[in-house]
Amino acid sequence: MSEFLDMGGYAAFVWPAYGVAAAALVVLLFVSLRTLRAREAELARAEGARGPRRQADDDA
Amino acid sequence: MHRFANPARFQRLAASVFPWSVAAAVTLFASGLYFALFVSPRDYQQGETVRIMYIHVPAAWMALFVYVNLAVASAAALVWKHPLADLAAKAMSPIGATFTFVCLVTGSLWGQPMWGTWWVWDARLTSVLVLFFLYVGHIALANAFDDPTRGAKSAAILALVGLVNVPIIKFSVDWWNTLHQPASITRLDAPAIHPAMLTPLVLMAAGFMAYFLVVTIIRIRAELLERRLRALRLARAAEPAGAMAGADRL
Repeated sequence: MSEFLDMGGYAAFVWPAYGVAAAALVVLLFVSLRTLRAREAELARAEGARGPRRQADDDA
Repeated sequence: MHRFANPARFQRLAASVFPWSVAAAVTLFASGLYFALFVSPRDYQQGETVRIMYIHVPAAWMALFVYVNLAVASAAALVWKHPLADLAAKAMSPIGATFTFVCLVTGSLWGQPMWGTWWVWDARLTSVLVLFFLYVGHIALANAFDDPTRGAKSAAILALVGLVNVPIIKFSVDWWNTLHQPASITRLDAPAIHPAMLTPLVLMAAGFMAYFLVVTIIRIRAELLERRLRALRLARAAEPAGAMAGADRL
């Protein structure tokens, strides 16, 4: 296991590369999802403020 | 192409594709990481650092692939006034910027042990850095104007002008002397890479592609909601007491 983590002496390069990539992809996904949720809530408030909608939403 | 212009049709299509993309991204990343970290052999020259390739190369491919998509969407927005194209372009550029960032950082972390330097101003590295700045400029322009159509138009022009950079990146390793090695996969003859290393590479690349699809759908949905919110606010400002007929149809 420690041999695996050592990456043939290149642990200081291999693991940061995987770490940065994972962090960047996770952060982008998280931020995108949070923006979507925030807009959904905002739209629900904006539409709720003027009564029920006349027709079903087309969103799935 | 205009068949996909309708937001309702896009929503239906996206809703059916989305769960499969999520499942594909999870499966491909899990199996790709397993092959990349455990199964594939070390390189006889580069040792274990070759494992950086399984992120670096897919990230680089996706950085270019997303840019081509961005340019196509921008052309569709400018030429055909495709109503979803602006939103798609705005949704995609942060994803492309992220892929380019990952490519640059992992390349740097690979360059230091193998070339003895974190960075060198050669054609390949510099042109990819320019790609990153094009993405950042696109994000900035698309959000720079109060009127979103003006922002979208300037951003689309930037994206199309920047398309020149894509072939420069692709052929930079052939046109100029560089530390960066030339292509091993996309060659006219067979790929110059052993199947044991090709497997994790292909799996990770497919995982990046599925991830791109997932995040693009999420971001386009958010852009559609924002457009609807804006229309709602405009309608409300225009006729404060009246009924908001039509605003929710957007």
